[in-house]
Amino acid sequence: MTVDRSYQGVMGRKRQIITDALGLDYSRYERGPLAFDYDLMMSAAETGFDLERAGRVQADVGVGKTPLHELRNITRLVRALAPEGKGARILVKDEASNPSGSFKARRAALSVYQARELGFKGVIAATSGNYGAAVASQAAMLGLNCIVVQELFDSRLVGQPEIMEKGRKCEAYGAEVIQLTVGPELFYVFLLLLEETKYFNASLYTPYGIAGIETLGYELAQEVREGYGRDPDVVVVTHAGGGNVTGTARGLEKAGCGDTAVVGASVNLRGLHMASDRDFNRKSFTTGHTGFGVPFATWPDRADVPRNAARALRYMDRYYTVTQGEVFYVTEMLAVLEGLERGPAGNTSLAAAISLAQGLDEEAIVVVQETEYTGAGKHPTAQLTFARKNGVEVRRGDPSDDEPGARIVIPEHPAQIRAREVDLDRLRLSLIRNAVEDAGLKEVGEVEVEFLARETQREEDFVRDALAEMGIGIKED
Amino acid sequence: MISSAVPGGGGSQGDRCRPGEWVQIESILLKPGERAPQVPEDTQAVPLVMRAKGFATAGAEIGDEMEVRTIIGRLLRGRLIAVNPPYEHDYGRPLPELMPVAMELRAFMKANGSDAAAAEPTGGGGSP
Repeated sequence: MTVDRSYQGVMGRKRQIITDALGLDYSRYERGPLAFDYDLMMSAAETGFDLERAGRVQADVGVGKTPLHELRNITRLVRALAPEGKGARILVKDEASNPSGSFKARRAALSVYQARELGFKGVIAATSGNYGAAVASQAAMLGLNCIVVQELFDSRLVGQPEIMEKGRKCEAYGAEVIQLTVGPELFYVFLLLLEETKYFNASLYTPYGIAGIETLGYELAQEVREGYGRDPDVVVVTHAGGGNVTGTARGLEKAGCGDTAVVGASVNLRGLHMASDRDFNRKSFTTGHTGFGVPFATWPDRADVPRNAARALRYMDRYYTVTQGEVFYVTEMLAVLEGLERGPAGNTSLAAAISLAQGLDEEAIVVVQETEYTGAGKHPTAQLTFARKNGVEVRRGDPSDDEPGARIVIPEHPAQIRAREVDLDRLRLSLIRNAVEDAGLKEVGEVEVEFLARETQREEDFVRDALAEMGIGIKED
Repeated sequence: MISSAVPGGGGSQGDRCRPGEWVQIESILLKPGERAPQVPEDTQAVPLVMRAKGFATAGAEIGDEMEVRTIIGRLLRGRLIAVNPPYEHDYGRPLPELMPVAMELRAFMKANGSDAAAAEPTGGGGSP
């Protein structure tokens, strides 16, 4: 029997391949043409991981319990910039000290553990990010085979330096690395590999992948309470696929931090198309940017699982963007003022935190909830050298002159760092539109209205108005 | 024709590999025209190319179709593009636009009365 390996052929078998590779039947959560029971899917009864067990599984492999550093000098800098009495204290959770060098180890620890429990011989992750190294590291610890599929090259076969470094790291942990040119067909290759190997789909977006991050939110809440006698006022989370926001917020919720604001931050890459061969090597950030942050927030189920456990708009209270130049500047600041040389991801949040802290009282606490390791390819000098080689202008100046793909502007003064707020209602409307259009509905029921209200953290009237605007009817149940 | 003599490419150590050598292979998974319908025009016009590494199961010359055994033992086929390829990503060059930031920030801290301000530039250069 010949297997149809064409793009359409493989995509047609998607549902079956994914179900087989997860040992998880999503149909039990479905509640209507677009509604599903998210809370049930995420419950400990379903995932098998409550906070306590997740923490234990992670502790067994040296994951978690990372240091929480107070950024004393950056806090002083913020207070010098802020009006009298303003300037919140900034803390950072040093997730780089996890085994694979990022918070992704928390997600991988549970996924790979689950794969082994279910009897899979290996795991596959489709990722160009730190998650690949995290899965490879965990697979090494638990004795499973690992394949990581990366989107690395443009059609000239020029690789993005940061992704090349991540590939090297995966190889260091004994993983097989499949490297591809630009395109969403990464998913097609991933499905083919799952089908051929019968390995576990160690997706970022399973309930395990999210349960693994809840420990991060929970830990930081406890540590802030112990160290400072109050709850964090703001937790800034670098946002891309939505898992980081979702898991951290859920952990904070479980710690009882009802008043803590969960704020997303992404690097602004507006105008660059993520699937464009031309644009691929004109960006200096490979994740934590709006090219993932916006589409994943507004259409979470575009992921490599039937129902994405990462649903950022359910949890994000505010969302900000910063520029590439601001993040490079802040990366330098963290190194020279705090003695912490760390990778780009957490510094996206740090740039936003520096701006937001200036508007908060001195007693307030802002937590940047991750750092990542840095190294060849990931460092600002590597990325900016590469940017220049690809025709991107690099100069000092006002970061609002930044133009993704054309110009990176490094601030001349810390006062120029300014987080720009994204209108979440616009993203919420877009989520409603995507959900309804994807399901091909002309009319929805009350169960859908209620679901979309939960999806967007808005009242049902907001959803009704949006549906009316789109010409979608609401039928009585 | 896809060149491997570019940054990120293989950079072969020789023209041929012996059985058991660590090599890099390349294959075209989807040709232009077979690509996903939603990809933009520039990406539609180029193939989806895969590269992978493994131990050669037999000797081959650069450009030959061959088989490798990957680090986890899977057999893969592709065209030989490099023998024992180096990691070529690096730290790049220190950027003139970033180099002054350390001094600027220290000066800012000092100007704002922070004892965290490290030694200000002494100027003049040279060693004692």
